[in-house]
Amino acid sequence: MPLSIGLTVNGVRRDVALDDPRVTLLDLLRERLHLTGTKKGCDRGQCGACTVLVDGRRINSCLALAISHDGADIVTIEGLARGGELHPVQAAFIAHDGLQCGFCTPGQIMSAVGLIDEGQAGCDPERIREGMSGNLCRCGAYTGITEAVLDATQSLAATNQRRSA
Amino acid sequence: MKHFDYVRPATIAAAVEAAAAPGAAYLASGTNLLDLMKGNIARPERLVDITRLPGLDRIERLPDGGLRIGALVRNADLAHDPDFAKSYPAVAEALLSGASAQLRNAATVGGNLLQRTRCSYFYDPASACNKRAPGSGCDARGGENRLHAVLGWSEACIATHPSDFCVPLVALDAVVEIEGRNGRREISLDALHRLPGDTPERDNALEPGDLIVAVRLPANARQFAGHARYLKVRERTSYAFAIVSAAANLRIEQGAIVEARLALGGVAAKPWRARSAEATLVGAAPGATTFRRAADAALADAKPSGDNLFKIELARRILVRALSLAALGTPARVPALPASPFSAVAGALQNA
Repeated sequence: MPLSIGLTVNGVRRDVALDDPRVTLLDLLRERLHLTGTKKGCDRGQCGACTVLVDGRRINSCLALAISHDGADIVTIEGLARGGELHPVQAAFIAHDGLQCGFCTPGQIMSAVGLIDEGQAGCDPERIREGMSGNLCRCGAYTGITEAVLDATQSLAATNQRRSA
Repeated sequence: MKHFDYVRPATIAAAVEAAAAPGAAYLASGTNLLDLMKGNIARPERLVDITRLPGLDRIERLPDGGLRIGALVRNADLAHDPDFAKSYPAVAEALLSGASAQLRNAATVGGNLLQRTRCSYFYDPASACNKRAPGSGCDARGGENRLHAVLGWSEACIATHPSDFCVPLVALDAVVEIEGRNGRREISLDALHRLPGDTPERDNALEPGDLIVAVRLPANARQFAGHARYLKVRERTSYAFAIVSAAANLRIEQGAIVEARLALGGVAAKPWRARSAEATLVGAAPGATTFRRAADAALADAKPSGDNLFKIELARRILVRALSLAALGTPARVPALPASPFSAVAGALQNA
Protein backbone atom coordinates (compact mmCIF):
# COMPACT_ATOMS: atom_id res chain seq x y z
CA MET A 1 0.00 0.00 0.00
CA PRO A 2 1.56 3.35 -0.98
CA LEU A 3 1.58 5.80 1.91
CA SER A 4 1.63 9.45 0.97
CA ILE A 5 2.62 12.24 3.29
CA GLY A 6 2.93 15.99 2.94
CA LEU A 7 5.58 18.02 4.76
CA THR A 8 6.76 21.59 4.76
CA VAL A 9 10.54 21.44 4.56
CA ASN A 10 12.46 24.71 4.90
CA GLY A 11 9.33 26.60 3.89
CA VAL A 12 8.58 24.49 0.80
CA ARG A 13 5.66 22.07 0.63
CA ARG A 14 6.85 18.57 -0.28
CA ASP A 15 4.59 15.61 -1.06
CA VAL A 16 6.31 12.27 -0.72
CA ALA A 17 5.01 8.81 -1.64
CA LEU A 18 6.45 6.35 0.90
CA ASP A 19 6.74 2.75 -0.22
CA ASP A 20 7.60 1.57 3.28
CA PRO A 21 6.42 2.72 6.75
CA ARG A 22 9.89 2.05 8.21
CA VAL A 23 11.42 5.19 6.70
CA THR A 24 12.65 7.55 9.40
CA LEU A 25 12.41 11.31 9.07
CA LEU A 26 16.22 11.34 8.79
CA ASP A 27 16.27 8.89 5.87
CA LEU A 28 13.43 10.74 4.18
CA LEU A 29 15.37 14.01 4.35
CA ARG A 30 18.65 12.51 3.17
CA GLU A 31 17.65 9.77 0.75
CA ARG A 32 14.35 11.00 -0.69
CA LEU A 33 14.66 14.79 -0.56
CA HIS A 34 18.47 14.80 -0.94
CA LEU A 35 18.93 17.22 1.96
CA THR A 36 22.18 15.64 3.13
CA GLY A 37 23.14 18.44 5.52
CA THR A 38 21.38 16.52 8.29
CA LYS A 39 23.83 13.79 9.31
CA LYS A 40 23.40 10.18 10.29
CA GLY A 41 25.77 9.49 13.17
CA CYS A 42 24.67 6.72 15.52
CA ASP A 43 21.13 6.37 14.07
CA ARG A 44 19.97 5.47 17.62
CA GLY A 45 19.29 8.83 19.30
CA GLN A 46 22.58 8.99 21.15
CA CYS A 47 24.72 11.49 19.22
CA GLY A 48 22.44 14.32 18.04
CA ALA A 49 23.96 14.62 14.53
CA CYS A 50 20.48 14.21 13.02
CA THR A 51 18.87 17.06 15.00
CA VAL A 52 16.25 19.05 13.07
CA LEU A 53 13.38 21.32 14.10
CA VAL A 54 9.92 19.76 13.85
CA ASP A 55 7.12 22.26 14.38
CA GLY A 56 9.72 24.53 15.97
CA ARG A 57 11.17 21.95 18.39
CA ARG A 58 14.52 20.21 18.13
CA ILE A 59 14.28 16.42 17.94
CA ASN A 60 16.39 13.45 16.80
CA SER A 61 15.14 12.74 13.27
CA CYS A 62 16.63 9.20 13.40
CA LEU A 63 14.07 8.21 16.07
CA ALA A 64 11.07 9.68 14.26
CA LEU A 65 9.00 7.75 11.73
CA ALA A 66 8.32 9.92 8.67
CA ILE A 67 4.81 8.49 8.29
CA SER A 68 3.92 9.68 11.79
CA HIS A 69 4.93 13.26 10.89
CA ASP A 70 2.46 13.83 8.05
CA GLY A 71 1.74 17.59 7.92
CA ALA A 72 4.74 18.63 10.03
CA ASP A 73 6.84 21.74 9.49
CA ILE A 74 10.55 20.79 9.27
CA VAL A 75 13.60 23.05 9.34
CA THR A 76 17.00 21.60 8.53
CA ILE A 77 20.47 23.16 8.36
CA GLU A 78 19.80 23.99 4.68
CA GLY A 79 16.90 26.23 5.75
CA LEU A 80 18.73 28.56 8.13
CA ALA A 81 20.64 31.00 5.88
CA ARG A 82 18.69 33.83 4.27
CA GLY A 83 19.73 34.78 0.72
CA GLY A 84 23.37 33.92 1.27
CA GLU A 85 23.48 35.53 4.71
CA LEU A 86 24.32 33.05 7.44
CA HIS A 87 22.02 32.56 10.42
CA PRO A 88 23.54 34.17 13.53
CA VAL A 89 24.17 30.72 15.05
CA GLN A 90 26.01 29.58 11.91
CA ALA A 91 28.10 32.76 11.92
CA ALA A 92 28.89 32.34 15.63
CA PHE A 93 30.12 28.73 15.12
CA ILE A 94 32.60 30.01 12.51
CA ALA A 95 33.66 33.00 14.61
CA HIS A 96 34.34 30.85 17.68
CA ASP A 97 35.83 27.76 15.95
CA GLY A 98 32.91 25.67 17.22
CA LEU A 99 33.94 22.77 14.99
CA GLN A 100 36.84 20.80 13.64
CA CYS A 101 35.83 17.99 11.23
CA GLY A 102 32.32 19.40 10.90
CA PHE A 103 30.32 16.16 10.89
CA CYS A 104 28.36 16.96 14.05
CA THR A 105 28.05 20.66 13.20
CA PRO A 106 24.64 20.70 11.44
CA GLY A 107 23.15 18.88 14.43
CA GLN A 108 24.97 21.15 16.86
CA ILE A 109 23.68 24.25 15.07
CA MET A 110 20.09 23.01 14.82
CA SER A 111 20.21 22.03 18.47
CA ALA A 112 21.56 25.47 19.41
CA VAL A 113 18.79 27.19 17.42
CA GLY A 114 16.26 25.07 19.32
CA LEU A 115 17.95 25.72 22.66
CA ILE A 116 17.96 29.50 22.18
CA ASP A 117 14.30 29.45 21.15
CA GLU A 118 13.37 27.37 24.22
CA GLY A 119 14.70 30.24 26.34
CA GLN A 120 15.70 28.08 29.34
CA ALA A 121 19.48 28.48 29.25
CA GLY A 122 19.89 32.23 28.76
CA CYS A 123 23.52 33.32 29.02
CA ASP A 124 24.54 30.78 31.70
CA PRO A 125 27.36 28.65 30.19
CA GLU A 126 26.51 25.76 32.56
CA ARG A 127 22.88 25.72 31.38
CA ILE A 128 24.05 25.95 27.75
CA ARG A 129 26.37 22.96 28.19
CA GLU A 130 23.60 20.99 29.89
CA GLY A 131 21.11 21.97 27.17
CA MET A 132 23.56 20.89 24.44
CA SER A 133 24.46 17.54 26.07
CA GLY A 134 22.42 15.63 23.47
CA ASN A 135 24.98 16.59 20.80
CA LEU A 136 28.30 14.76 20.88
CA CYS A 137 31.43 16.14 19.21
CA ARG A 138 34.20 13.59 18.78
CA CYS A 139 36.71 16.34 17.89
CA GLY A 140 36.02 17.86 21.30
CA ALA A 141 35.14 21.36 20.08
CA TYR A 142 32.90 21.89 23.10
CA THR A 143 34.63 25.03 24.36
CA GLY A 144 34.09 26.82 21.04
CA ILE A 145 30.54 25.46 20.76
CA THR A 146 29.60 26.86 24.17
CA GLU A 147 31.13 30.23 23.29
CA ALA A 148 29.31 30.25 19.94
CA VAL A 149 25.92 29.48 21.52
CA LEU A 150 26.50 32.13 24.18
CA ASP A 151 27.46 34.71 21.54
CA ALA A 152 24.51 33.83 19.29
CA THR A 153 22.12 34.00 22.27
CA GLN A 154 23.32 37.53 22.98
CA SER A 155 23.24 38.71 19.34
CA LEU A 156 19.75 37.28 18.76
CA ALA A 157 18.51 38.91 21.97
CA ALA A 158 19.97 42.26 20.83
CA THR A 159 18.34 41.90 17.39
CA ASN A 160 14.97 41.12 18.95
CA GLN A 161 15.34 44.11 21.28
CA ARG A 162 16.07 46.43 18.32
CA ARG A 163 13.05 45.06 16.46
CA SER A 164 10.70 45.60 19.38
CA ALA A 165 12.09 49.08 20.13
CA MET B 1 13.99 -3.52 11.22
CA LYS B 2 11.22 -6.00 10.57
CA HIS B 3 8.36 -4.82 8.34
CA PHE B 4 5.14 -3.77 10.06
CA ASP B 5 1.68 -2.51 9.27
CA TYR B 6 0.99 1.08 10.24
CA VAL B 7 -2.41 2.28 11.41
CA ARG B 8 -3.44 5.62 12.83
CA PRO B 9 -6.85 5.33 14.52
CA ALA B 10 -8.95 8.43 15.15
CA THR B 11 -10.42 7.45 18.51
CA ILE B 12 -9.20 5.83 21.72
CA ALA B 13 -11.71 2.99 21.30
CA ALA B 14 -10.44 2.23 17.78
CA ALA B 15 -6.84 2.36 19.03
CA VAL B 16 -7.54 -0.14 21.83
CA GLU B 17 -9.20 -2.49 19.35
CA ALA B 18 -6.32 -2.20 16.87
CA ALA B 19 -3.68 -2.76 19.56
CA ALA B 20 -5.40 -5.75 21.19
CA ALA B 21 -4.38 -7.96 18.25
CA PRO B 22 -1.35 -10.23 18.79
CA GLY B 23 1.92 -8.56 17.75
CA ALA B 24 0.54 -5.02 17.88
CA ALA B 25 2.31 -2.17 19.70
CA TYR B 26 1.41 1.42 20.39
CA LEU B 27 3.59 4.10 18.81
CA ALA B 28 3.74 7.50 20.50
CA SER B 29 6.95 9.41 19.85
CA GLY B 30 8.87 6.15 19.44
CA THR B 31 12.11 7.33 21.08
CA ASN B 32 12.48 3.97 22.84
CA LEU B 33 10.40 1.71 20.58
CA LEU B 34 12.16 2.65 17.31
CA ASP B 35 15.52 2.14 18.98
CA LEU B 36 14.39 -1.35 20.08
CA MET B 37 13.02 -2.09 16.60
CA LYS B 38 16.28 -1.03 14.93
CA GLY B 39 18.10 -3.47 17.20
CA ASN B 40 15.61 -6.28 16.47
CA ILE B 41 14.71 -6.45 20.16
CA ALA B 42 11.12 -5.35 19.51
CA ARG B 43 9.52 -6.88 16.40
CA PRO B 44 5.92 -5.65 16.24
CA GLU B 45 3.66 -6.80 13.39
CA ARG B 46 1.57 -3.66 13.61
CA LEU B 47 2.20 -0.16 14.93
CA VAL B 48 -0.81 1.72 16.24
CA ASP B 49 0.08 5.42 16.05
CA ILE B 50 -1.63 7.24 18.91
CA THR B 51 -0.02 10.65 18.40
CA ARG B 52 -3.15 12.15 16.82
CA LEU B 53 -5.64 10.87 19.41
CA PRO B 54 -7.63 13.82 20.74
CA GLY B 55 -7.54 15.05 24.33
CA LEU B 56 -4.41 13.24 25.57
CA ASP B 57 -2.02 16.22 25.47
CA ARG B 58 -3.46 18.33 28.28
CA ILE B 59 -2.32 19.16 31.82
CA GLU B 60 -5.46 19.72 33.91
CA ARG B 61 -5.88 20.96 37.45
CA LEU B 62 -8.68 18.88 38.99
CA PRO B 63 -11.48 20.27 41.21
CA ASP B 64 -10.20 18.22 44.17
CA GLY B 65 -6.75 19.86 43.95
CA GLY B 66 -5.10 16.99 42.09
CA LEU B 67 -3.45 17.14 38.68
CA ARG B 68 -4.17 15.09 35.57
CA ILE B 69 -1.40 14.76 32.99
CA GLY B 70 -2.40 13.45 29.56
CA ALA B 71 -0.34 10.51 28.30
CA LEU B 72 0.80 12.42 25.20
CA VAL B 73 2.17 15.47 27.07
CA ARG B 74 5.82 15.75 26.08
CA ASN B 75 8.40 15.41 28.85
CA ALA B 76 9.86 18.88 28.16
CA ASP B 77 6.45 20.58 28.14
CA LEU B 78 5.58 19.07 31.51
CA ALA B 79 8.93 19.94 33.11
CA HIS B 80 8.74 23.56 31.90
CA ASP B 81 5.07 24.12 32.76
CA PRO B 82 5.42 26.86 35.42
CA ASP B 83 2.62 25.63 37.69
CA PHE B 84 3.85 22.04 37.46
CA ALA B 85 7.48 22.90 38.20
CA LYS B 86 6.41 24.99 41.20
CA SER B 87 3.97 22.42 42.62
CA TYR B 88 5.99 19.22 41.99
CA PRO B 89 9.62 20.37 41.86
CA ALA B 90 11.19 16.93 42.37
CA VAL B 91 9.23 15.60 39.40
CA ALA B 92 10.33 18.51 37.18
CA GLU B 93 13.94 18.04 38.26
CA ALA B 94 13.76 14.30 37.54
CA LEU B 95 12.33 14.95 34.08
CA LEU B 96 15.09 17.44 33.26
CA SER B 97 17.78 15.03 34.47
CA GLY B 98 16.65 12.37 31.98
CA ALA B 99 17.81 11.85 28.38
CA SER B 100 18.68 14.89 26.23
CA ALA B 101 16.76 18.03 25.27
CA GLN B 102 15.92 16.53 21.86
CA LEU B 103 14.53 13.35 23.42
CA ARG B 104 12.59 15.25 26.10
CA ASN B 105 11.01 17.37 23.35
CA ALA B 106 9.67 14.21 21.72
CA ALA B 107 9.17 11.62 24.48
CA THR B 108 5.73 11.38 26.06
CA VAL B 109 4.54 10.84 29.62
CA GLY B 110 2.99 7.44 28.80
CA GLY B 111 6.06 6.36 26.87
CA ASN B 112 8.35 7.29 29.74
CA LEU B 113 6.41 4.97 32.05
CA LEU B 114 6.59 2.10 29.55
CA GLN B 115 10.22 2.37 28.44
CA ARG B 116 12.13 -0.91 28.59
CA THR B 117 15.20 -1.67 30.65
CA ARG B 118 18.59 -0.58 29.27
CA CYS B 119 20.29 -3.81 30.47
CA SER B 120 22.89 -4.39 27.75
CA TYR B 121 22.09 -8.12 27.58
CA PHE B 122 18.43 -7.31 26.93
CA TYR B 123 19.67 -5.06 24.10
CA ASP B 124 21.95 -7.72 22.58
CA PRO B 125 20.05 -10.38 20.60
CA ALA B 126 23.13 -12.65 20.78
CA SER B 127 22.91 -12.81 24.60
CA ALA B 128 20.65 -14.95 26.76
CA CYS B 129 17.91 -12.83 28.31
CA ASN B 130 14.78 -14.09 30.04
CA LYS B 131 13.06 -10.74 29.56
CA ARG B 132 13.60 -10.73 25.77
CA ALA B 133 13.41 -14.50 25.18
CA PRO B 134 11.69 -16.24 28.14
CA GLY B 135 13.53 -19.34 29.32
CA SER B 136 16.79 -18.51 27.52
CA GLY B 137 18.67 -17.62 30.72
CA CYS B 138 20.32 -14.45 32.00
CA ASP B 139 23.79 -13.58 30.76
CA ALA B 140 23.82 -10.54 33.05
CA ARG B 141 24.15 -12.82 36.12
CA GLY B 142 27.69 -13.81 35.18
CA GLY B 143 28.49 -10.79 33.04
CA GLU B 144 29.04 -7.05 33.37
CA ASN B 145 26.54 -6.37 36.12
CA ARG B 146 27.88 -3.58 38.29
CA LEU B 147 24.91 -1.36 37.34
CA HIS B 148 22.21 -3.99 37.88
CA ALA B 149 19.52 -4.37 40.54
CA VAL B 150 20.10 -4.62 44.28
CA LEU B 151 16.43 -4.81 45.33
CA GLY B 152 13.58 -7.04 44.20
CA TRP B 153 15.60 -9.00 41.65
CA SER B 154 15.26 -12.72 40.94
CA GLU B 155 17.48 -15.47 39.58
CA ALA B 156 15.68 -14.98 36.27
CA CYS B 157 16.38 -11.25 35.85
CA ILE B 158 18.48 -8.53 37.50
CA ALA B 159 17.59 -5.63 35.16
CA THR B 160 16.59 -2.17 36.43
CA HIS B 161 13.87 0.23 35.34
CA PRO B 162 15.55 3.25 33.70
CA SER B 163 12.99 6.05 34.26
CA ASP B 164 13.81 9.13 36.34
CA PHE B 165 10.30 10.59 36.02
CA CYS B 166 8.70 7.52 37.66
CA VAL B 167 10.80 7.81 40.84
CA PRO B 168 9.28 11.00 42.35
CA LEU B 169 5.91 10.03 40.80
CA VAL B 170 5.78 6.76 42.72
CA ALA B 171 6.84 8.60 45.88
CA LEU B 172 3.93 11.01 45.45
CA ASP B 173 1.32 8.23 45.02
CA ALA B 174 0.69 8.84 41.31
CA VAL B 175 -2.21 6.96 39.73
CA VAL B 176 -2.30 5.65 36.14
CA GLU B 177 -5.52 5.83 34.11
CA ILE B 178 -5.83 2.97 31.63
CA GLU B 179 -8.29 2.43 28.78
CA GLY B 180 -8.70 -1.24 27.93
CA ARG B 181 -11.01 -3.64 26.16
CA ASN B 182 -13.29 -3.59 29.21
CA GLY B 183 -13.35 0.18 29.61
CA ARG B 184 -11.53 2.59 31.88
CA ARG B 185 -9.71 1.57 35.07
CA GLU B 186 -6.96 3.00 37.24
CA ILE B 187 -4.11 1.56 39.25
CA SER B 188 -1.40 3.09 41.40
CA LEU B 189 1.90 3.68 39.59
CA ASP B 190 3.46 1.45 42.26
CA ALA B 191 1.30 -1.41 40.95
CA LEU B 192 2.02 -0.71 37.25
CA HIS B 193 5.59 -2.01 37.12
CA ARG B 194 6.26 -5.63 38.12
CA LEU B 195 9.18 -7.26 39.82
CA PRO B 196 10.68 -10.02 37.65
CA GLY B 197 10.02 -13.19 39.68
CA ASP B 198 9.77 -16.10 37.24
CA THR B 199 8.20 -13.99 34.49
CA PRO B 200 10.59 -11.12 33.73
CA GLU B 201 9.15 -10.84 30.20
CA ARG B 202 6.19 -9.06 31.78
CA ASP B 203 7.36 -5.55 32.68
CA ASN B 204 4.02 -4.31 33.90
CA ALA B 205 0.39 -5.03 34.76
CA LEU B 206 -0.99 -4.01 31.35
CA GLU B 207 -3.08 -6.42 29.26
CA PRO B 208 -3.15 -6.56 25.43
CA GLY B 209 -4.76 -3.40 24.08
CA ASP B 210 -4.40 -1.47 27.34
CA LEU B 211 -3.60 2.19 26.68
CA ILE B 212 -2.32 4.57 29.36
CA VAL B 213 -4.37 7.73 28.85
CA ALA B 214 -3.26 9.83 31.83
CA VAL B 215 -1.23 10.01 35.03
CA ARG B 216 -2.80 11.67 38.06
CA LEU B 217 -1.18 13.21 41.10
CA PRO B 218 -3.38 13.38 44.21
CA ALA B 219 -4.17 16.70 45.88
CA ASN B 220 -1.74 16.18 48.78
CA ALA B 221 1.24 15.74 46.41
CA ARG B 222 1.70 19.51 46.14
CA GLN B 223 2.09 19.85 49.94
CA PHE B 224 5.71 18.76 49.59
CA ALA B 225 6.65 21.55 47.16
CA GLY B 226 8.75 23.43 49.74
CA HIS B 227 11.08 20.49 50.48
CA ALA B 228 11.45 18.36 47.38
CA ARG B 229 14.53 17.15 45.51
CA TYR B 230 15.59 14.49 43.05
CA LEU B 231 19.24 13.43 43.02
CA LYS B 232 20.88 11.11 40.52
CA VAL B 233 24.38 9.67 40.30
CA ARG B 234 25.50 9.03 36.73
CA GLU B 235 28.74 7.95 35.07
CA ARG B 236 28.79 11.32 33.32
CA THR B 237 27.17 14.56 34.46
CA SER B 238 24.48 14.76 31.79
CA TYR B 239 22.61 12.54 29.33
CA ALA B 240 23.11 9.25 31.17
CA PHE B 241 20.91 6.79 33.04
CA ALA B 242 21.05 6.63 36.82
CA ILE B 243 23.45 4.35 38.65
CA VAL B 244 21.24 5.17 41.61
CA SER B 245 18.83 8.04 42.21
CA ALA B 246 16.57 9.23 45.00
CA ALA B 247 13.48 11.39 45.29
CA ALA B 248 12.94 13.04 48.67
CA ASN B 249 9.76 14.93 49.49
CA LEU B 250 9.30 16.27 53.03
CA ARG B 251 6.66 18.22 54.91
CA ILE B 252 8.33 20.05 57.80
CA GLU B 253 6.39 21.90 60.51
CA GLN B 254 7.95 23.67 63.50
CA GLY B 255 11.28 21.96 63.00
CA ALA B 256 9.92 18.41 62.73
CA ILE B 257 9.18 16.18 59.76
CA VAL B 258 5.44 15.48 59.70
CA GLU B 259 5.34 13.55 56.44
CA ALA B 260 7.87 12.05 54.02
CA ARG B 261 7.60 10.55 50.53
CA LEU B 262 10.71 8.71 49.34
CA ALA B 263 11.66 6.55 46.38
CA LEU B 264 14.82 5.17 44.78
CA GLY B 265 15.67 4.74 41.09
CA GLY B 266 18.18 2.50 39.31
CA VAL B 267 17.99 -0.16 42.04
CA ALA B 268 15.19 -2.46 40.90
CA ALA B 269 12.94 -3.49 38.00
CA LYS B 270 10.52 -0.82 39.17
CA PRO B 271 10.73 2.63 40.74
CA TRP B 272 11.29 1.69 44.40
CA ARG B 273 9.03 3.31 46.98
CA ALA B 274 10.76 3.39 50.38
CA ARG B 275 7.80 3.28 52.79
CA SER B 276 9.69 1.84 55.75
CA ALA B 277 12.18 4.71 55.48
CA GLU B 278 9.34 7.23 55.38
CA ALA B 279 7.97 5.84 58.64
CA THR B 280 11.29 6.37 60.46
CA LEU B 281 11.24 10.09 59.58
CA VAL B 282 7.82 11.02 60.94
CA GLY B 283 8.13 13.18 64.05
CA ALA B 284 11.93 13.42 63.81
CA ALA B 285 13.98 16.57 63.43
CA PRO B 286 15.81 16.82 60.10
CA GLY B 287 19.48 15.92 60.48
CA ALA B 288 22.28 13.57 59.48
CA THR B 289 21.48 10.87 62.07
CA THR B 290 17.79 10.87 61.21
CA PHE B 291 18.48 10.68 57.51
CA ARG B 292 21.06 7.90 57.86
CA ARG B 293 18.53 5.85 59.86
CA ALA B 294 15.97 6.35 57.08
CA ALA B 295 18.53 5.32 54.44
CA ASP B 296 19.42 2.18 56.41
CA ALA B 297 15.71 1.29 56.52
CA ALA B 298 15.31 1.91 52.77
CA LEU B 299 18.14 -0.46 51.86
CA ALA B 300 17.55 -3.03 54.63
CA ASP B 301 16.53 -5.76 52.17
CA ALA B 302 19.11 -4.91 49.51
CA LYS B 303 21.54 -7.53 48.28
CA PRO B 304 24.00 -7.48 45.38
CA SER B 305 23.08 -9.33 42.18
CA GLY B 306 26.68 -9.32 40.95
CA ASP B 307 29.57 -6.87 41.12
CA ASN B 308 27.30 -4.18 42.51
CA LEU B 309 27.61 -4.26 46.29
CA PHE B 310 28.79 -0.63 46.02
CA LYS B 311 25.35 0.44 44.80
CA ILE B 312 23.79 -0.35 48.17
CA GLU B 313 26.00 2.08 50.09
CA LEU B 314 25.82 4.56 47.18
CA ALA B 315 22.01 4.43 47.35
CA ARG B 316 22.10 5.06 51.12
CA ARG B 317 24.38 8.06 50.65
CA ILE B 318 22.41 9.54 47.77
CA LEU B 319 19.19 9.21 49.76
CA VAL B 320 20.83 10.96 52.74
CA ARG B 321 22.05 13.71 50.40
CA ALA B 322 18.61 14.08 48.75
CA LEU B 323 16.97 14.30 52.18
CA SER B 324 19.52 16.87 53.36
CA LEU B 325 18.97 19.02 50.28
CA ALA B 326 15.17 18.68 50.53
CA ALA B 327 15.30 19.74 54.19
CA LEU B 328 17.22 22.88 53.19
CA GLY B 329 14.35 23.84 50.94
CA THR B 330 13.51 23.53 47.26
CA PRO B 331 15.63 25.91 45.15
CA ALA B 332 13.69 28.68 43.38
CA ARG B 333 14.73 27.24 40.04
CA VAL B 334 15.83 23.79 38.93
CA PRO B 335 19.66 23.81 39.18
CA ALA B 336 21.74 24.30 36.02
CA LEU B 337 22.73 20.63 36.25
CA PRO B 338 19.41 19.02 37.22
CA ALA B 339 19.66 16.34 39.92
CA SER B 340 23.45 16.39 39.81
CA PRO B 341 25.29 15.71 43.07
CA PHE B 342 27.96 18.02 41.66
CA SER B 343 25.70 21.06 41.88
CA ALA B 344 27.26 23.36 44.45
CA VAL B 345 24.50 24.36 46.85
CA ALA B 346 25.54 26.19 49.99
CA GLY B 347 25.27 23.97 53.05
CA ALA B 348 24.88 20.71 51.13
CA LEU B 349 26.57 17.66 52.58
CA GLN B 350 28.81 16.97 49.61
CA ASN B 351 30.40 13.93 51.24
CA ALA B 352 27.45 12.47 53.11
